[in-house]
Amino acid sequence: MFAAATEAATEVALKSGWFLENAWVIPIIPALSFFLIIFFGKRMPKKGSEFGVASMVGALVFSAGAAYQWIQRVNGAPEGAFISPVVKTWTWWQNSGVSFGIGQHVDGLTVAILLVVAFISTLVQIYSLEYLRGDRRYTHFFASLTLFSAGMLNMVVAENMIQLILGWEIMGLCSFLLIGHWWEEGANSRAALKAFFTTRTGDIGLLTGTAILFFSANEWTTKTLGVSGFSIRGLSSWALSGNPGNAAITMGAIALFIAAIGKSGQFPLHTWLPDAMAGPTPVSSLLHSSTMVVAGVFLVARVYPVFFKGMDILGSGANFIVIIGGVTIVIAALLAFVQTDIKKVLAYSTVSQLGYMMMGLGAGAWLPAVFHIFTHAFFKACLFLGAGSISHSSSHHSFEMKKDMGGLRKFMPITFVTWIISTLALCGVFPFSGFFSKDEIIDNVGHNGYSVFMYVGLAGAFLTAAYMTRATYLTFFGQPRGASAGEHHEEESHDSHAAHDDHADHGHDTHDSHDAHASHGPHESGWLITAPLIILATLALSSGFLNALPFGEKFENFKKWVEPSAEVINPTGIAYVVGSVGEARIAADAPTDSTLAPDAEVMSDSEPVPVEDSHSTAGAGEATPEMLRSTTAAGEDSHSAEEGHHSSPCGTETPEQGVCAAPQLNHAPFKWSKAGLSMLIVFAGFLLSLLVCIQLYEKKNKKFVGLTERNKVLGFGYKLLVNKYYLDVLYEKIIVRSIAHPIAAAVYWFNQKVLDGVVNGAGTTAKGIAGWVYRNIDQRVVDGAVNGTGSVAQGAGSALRPVQSGKVNQYGALLFGAAAIGALVLVIVNT
Amino acid sequence: MFVNQFLVLAAVLFCIGVYGVIARKNAVLVLMSIELILNSVNINLLAFSMRNGSLDGHTFALYIIAIAAAEVGVGLAMVLLMYRNRRSIDLDELSEMKG
Repeated sequence: MFAAATEAATEVALKSGWFLENAWVIPIIPALSFFLIIFFGKRMPKKGSEFGVASMVGALVFSAGAAYQWIQRVNGAPEGAFISPVVKTWTWWQNSGVSFGIGQHVDGLTVAILLVVAFISTLVQIYSLEYLRGDRRYTHFFASLTLFSAGMLNMVVAENMIQLILGWEIMGLCSFLLIGHWWEEGANSRAALKAFFTTRTGDIGLLTGTAILFFSANEWTTKTLGVSGFSIRGLSSWALSGNPGNAAITMGAIALFIAAIGKSGQFPLHTWLPDAMAGPTPVSSLLHSSTMVVAGVFLVARVYPVFFKGMDILGSGANFIVIIGGVTIVIAALLAFVQTDIKKVLAYSTVSQLGYMMMGLGAGAWLPAVFHIFTHAFFKACLFLGAGSISHSSSHHSFEMKKDMGGLRKFMPITFVTWIISTLALCGVFPFSGFFSKDEIIDNVGHNGYSVFMYVGLAGAFLTAAYMTRATYLTFFGQPRGASAGEHHEEESHDSHAAHDDHADHGHDTHDSHDAHASHGPHESGWLITAPLIILATLALSSGFLNALPFGEKFENFKKWVEPSAEVINPTGIAYVVGSVGEARIAADAPTDSTLAPDAEVMSDSEPVPVEDSHSTAGAGEATPEMLRSTTAAGEDSHSAEEGHHSSPCGTETPEQGVCAAPQLNHAPFKWSKAGLSMLIVFAGFLLSLLVCIQLYEKKNKKFVGLTERNKVLGFGYKLLVNKYYLDVLYEKIIVRSIAHPIAAAVYWFNQKVLDGVVNGAGTTAKGIAGWVYRNIDQRVVDGAVNGTGSVAQGAGSALRPVQSGKVNQYGALLFGAAAIGALVLVIVNT
Repeated sequence: MFVNQFLVLAAVLFCIGVYGVIARKNAVLVLMSIELILNSVNINLLAFSMRNGSLDGHTFALYIIAIAAAEVGVGLAMVLLMYRNRRSIDLDELSEMKG
């Protein structure tokens, strides 16, 4: 099993290409387009939307080129070797030894997310052409949307934390603009503010964490790698170098994770996400699938070694990330049950899925979590755009499932089919894409020893299936209700719907002739809306096969392309674009039944270290004696030996020579029994929910209708959910008020008692003194002098009166003239 | 280092700012001109900070930016009030303080 065929000091020159070298251009394209739209958009025939769509297509082409060349790069390298990221950096600020760079850090994770972001952004922009047609701020909408994508793309290619923060903040700003797009409605601008402030609360963590990590890491990274302490590559290697003190890296990781909580809508800062539904539907789709909310997850995945070490992932049974992720899954899924707004159901489902990603990252399931970002983007975008399609064409701009939808499957066949495909993908049904990512997360979480959270994940899968069944049932089955049945809100007085109707008015007030649904019933949307739906549904169906573990090694392409290899590498090896220089060892006997790639090790130095090449077998997963022996000989930790993965010291111990770029993680072998169990749970969720739905909504069974009013426990739970666990009350009423009110009261008291008292006291005292002074000094001594001065002043005053013209400009001129004279005097005196 | 160029730029900005303060009648434009003056000072600070190789100038520049933001906030609030009361932001009309 030992790597027998040792090729001494093989130079591994990695392939690269133009797109890969110039990935930094990708965010520039939409950023430039933003300025074009702002300055020239209104004069263009399509009101600036052509710039937006064109720039997103450009970004997509560049991303696809970069992805293709990255795949070439990986395929051209020996298997298992560390594929060095394509890093470029320019200095844009430098002083006294501190410098901020800007550039690109392109590796598998980057190209995967770049591709998703550019792709979804393109489709959303195309969709918006139709959805927002005639909107009064059409041009501004496209400008914000384009800048938003630019922010996300910039964050993804970021070479260092500063650049990452830049992209992060651009997104924060644009989300504010987009959520509050229809700001005439008070609720919308409140939702925008809420989103902004809540994510801002988390952003404090991002700044703090970056500062902590920079000041801890800078010295090491500068000395060892020759990069600044902001560099993502530097931070990753530093975290695994054994150099950082426990406190520094733990504090840094916690601070960064707080930022991720805010941005990715994790408990307890998830409250902004459902409110963000106030924005136009394409915005919700973009925000919730591939940008914004994924940013937090991406941050954790990006500098994963920092979290791996700082949070002691794999080291103990629970950590901060996995707990937050697990809690988020369940509480968000429960909240989805009591929503009547279809977009809010989807919003909570996003929160819940983000919980899965975080839980996966927290439990060392890096690859499944990243893969879940990838697949989730497609089906969630499809679901949101589907909801938008329904409201656009059938339910008269309402998103209320109970009042205005139902029975739509006959009227909107394309929307219905794409919705069903995406729902199945979201629930993780084999062979839809969600299965291959979500099930892997659950599986790996259990495999890595977080068994409690595995059950949380399974419970989440059950709940997901159940609430999506409820939403699907209410929307597409049964009898059409409300607006879908041809009723119009304008004539009715649904106060609770006023907001949605007003959206419609803003969006469509200028094209009533185009607006067909005023006179017709529900119908399918136009091709600009259905085409993105079909494309996304196809991907929701098929994207899982990029990493289809059940079908063996050949289908594990995503893993091969994206997961960084945990090798000890030469410090200079990854500093340059071409080649990780090192000694390649190719394993001689590749195991035949392995689900994993046979390993090739790239070592940093020529000293032969015994490297064992073990493997995991798909069926048995048992460690063979010789594997155990070899592992023990190499002094590896027994956990990874049991799993039969090739062992690298990265993550568990300090590399003696060279540096690590990624921690060694385990992968659970696929078992049909486990997958079958989770499928069973999902189908149980479908079935149970369907039965309840039919009883409750179709047959109006007396047992179920009004149950929450009759049963105390259920009633309490229902009330808790409807009020969103009272978190909003806690934040707005208790926290904000408890801070604002006492301060205001204290200030008032201080003002009234202390300041006024002092002033009054001083006044009385002064009055007494003044009386004496008046009688004795003023009248006798001063008056004489004053009268004399008075006449002098009067003369001077009338002489200077023209200067006091009341014109501010003139005062300014006098001020600057005097300053100039003063400066002149200074110069003369000093020379 | 290229300190001279920075100083020339700063001087030019400063002069434009002073011109704006003196010649403009629109209150918002006057505020903008004040911003120009502040930023020309910033450029000076940064230029000398670069030359002396210390971070102090940068720190001060950041403070100035923060304070300038607050100042503009107050200034714009005043302009807004002025507009509410008089339906105009022309500074020439604001000469009640004439002596």
